[in-house]
Amino acid sequence: MKLSNKSKVLEQEEMTFAERIYLPAIVGGMATTLKHFFSKKVTIRYPEQKRYLGPVFRGHHILKRDEEGAERCTACGLCAVACPAEAISMVAEERKKGEENLYREEKYASVYEINMLRCIFCGLCEEACPKQAIYLQHDKMVPVFEDRSEVIFGKDKLVEKMDNRYLREGWK
Amino acid sequence: MEITSTLFTAKAIYVGIIFAITLGVAAYSTYFERIIAAFMQDRVGPDRAGPFGILQPLADAVKMFMKEDFIPANSNKWLFIAGPCLSMLTALMTSAVVPFGDQLDLGDGIILDLQGIDVNIGILWVFGIVSLGVYGVLIGGWASNNKYSLIGAIRAASQNISYELAMGLSIIAILMLSGSLSTKSIVETQQNGHWNILYQPLGFVIFLVCAFAECNRTPFDLPECETELIGGYHTEYSSMKLGFYLFSEYINMFISGAVMATLYFGGYDYLFNDYVAQISWLGEYAYNVSALLGLVVLIVKALIFVFIFMWVRWTLPRFRYDQLMGLGWTGLIPLAMFNVVLTGASMLFTVNDGGSNWMTVGASWAGVIIMLVVTFAYSEMKYKKKKLATA
Ligand code: SF4
Ligand code: SF4
Repeated sequence: MKLSNKSKVLEQEEMTFAERIYLPAIVGGMATTLKHFFSKKVTIRYPEQKRYLGPVFRGHHILKRDEEGAERCTACGLCAVACPAEAISMVAEERKKGEENLYREEKYASVYEINMLRCIFCGLCEEACPKQAIYLQHDKMVPVFEDRSEVIFGKDKLVEKMDNRYLREGWK
Repeated sequence: MEITSTLFTAKAIYVGIIFAITLGVAAYSTYFERIIAAFMQDRVGPDRAGPFGILQPLADAVKMFMKEDFIPANSNKWLFIAGPCLSMLTALMTSAVVPFGDQLDLGDGIILDLQGIDVNIGILWVFGIVSLGVYGVLIGGWASNNKYSLIGAIRAASQNISYELAMGLSIIAILMLSGSLSTKSIVETQQNGHWNILYQPLGFVIFLVCAFAECNRTPFDLPECETELIGGYHTEYSSMKLGFYLFSEYINMFISGAVMATLYFGGYDYLFNDYVAQISWLGEYAYNVSALLGLVVLIVKALIFVFIFMWVRWTLPRFRYDQLMGLGWTGLIPLAMFNVVLTGASMLFTVNDGGSNWMTVGASWAGVIIMLVVTFAYSEMKYKKKKLATA
């Protein structure tokens, strides 16, 4: 049964003389490979050269600070609830007097940890966060770890550095 | 006494150098094989070990040596070891009769032939050793006690035997031209641009195809085709024994390149050798310089053939086994026979005509063209008939 008229019945013809002595086809094939021999190579030598992965790539997590440099996270735990891999854990703390320039909200996360062996980089934590505190950076990958003791990333690795702020394309 | 011992030392040094060159070329062939494969596939190939990856063969060798040297329990232990050794041995022995250069004048009347041994049956030596080479594969495949290895070995044996026939027949035409079996005199008859490729276009194509089959290279690499036979005859091999098999393949490639250059491309002949031999400021060394340049030229010619081997490998798919046998028995052998007749005819032509070489050249090319046209016409006729029959 024909579902569409697009199919084409191929009739296998007997090979012509040129096809049967192989040589013309071989020379043609070799010309093709020789052309590729001199063409531009497409390889990206990875650790030295990196490809731009696009504005939506989900890489290394970052805990954003606001314009004044105070941490945005309020330790609500929504990211941990949203996380399908249960990679996030945190300890909440109340903000003391005089710490207003450090933490934007009255409650903050004194400990905030992501287990990078569990994380599947789905980005649900970023979507769940009501405070725009956690993001997955589009231009930075999680560094290679060689030991199990290195896989839990604490606040020291996650909180945004003031001298190296994260900006995604389209943000002002 | 004095002269013999100097000559002996010089010869020993020469043999050592050729040995080193062969092994070095084979080692770097593995690197260039990968580079060429990569380039033809728009990649860059190995570039991590050292600058441009030139230490890659070293890394490969270290890896080969570090691997476990495994001998299967039910294998025939001694034959299992003898297989790769025999392959390596025969691969290295062929280069003895290839004249890598003319002569060197070492002073005091000592003349060093740049050739391992100048036996008067040089070409037969090559053939003998090459056909011995199949034993390495055969023994290895048999001793492994593995059906894939055995099938690979059987394929290797039958393939080599079939293609040796056509190869020998294509050589006969060369022997008719040079009138000698000695590789040295074959090269000497080709000096000053009278390369055999001009007289033997068909013979060269036949020889080239057979050389691919003899080296077990794609498109005739059925003995070791990975997709059907795992690894063919070297399925059970590991460590440096496997290394020997792979290495002997690369040595074979280089040597058959050298043999092809010797037989068809004038050996160590290059266009200006007479000119170089007479450069005045080189004085008495001029002749030696010219001979050494000839050595370099021969190696370059052989390397060009190695490149062609690789180029073909990364272009063509593998033949089916019946196609391989069909090509050998019904294609190449009749063609080679035709080539012998053609060569005889063109030589006869020249003798009657007073001996202009260009007549021989013209006659052999015309013969090839006539053959192509006739076969074409015949196949067209047959094709038309078939069409009518089905209609
Ligand atoms: S990216 Fe997904 S898996 Fe990783 S921490 Fe966020 S929610 Fe969990
Ligand atoms: S990162 Fe966002 S969602 Fe997670 S605890 Fe902090 S404020 Fe809540």
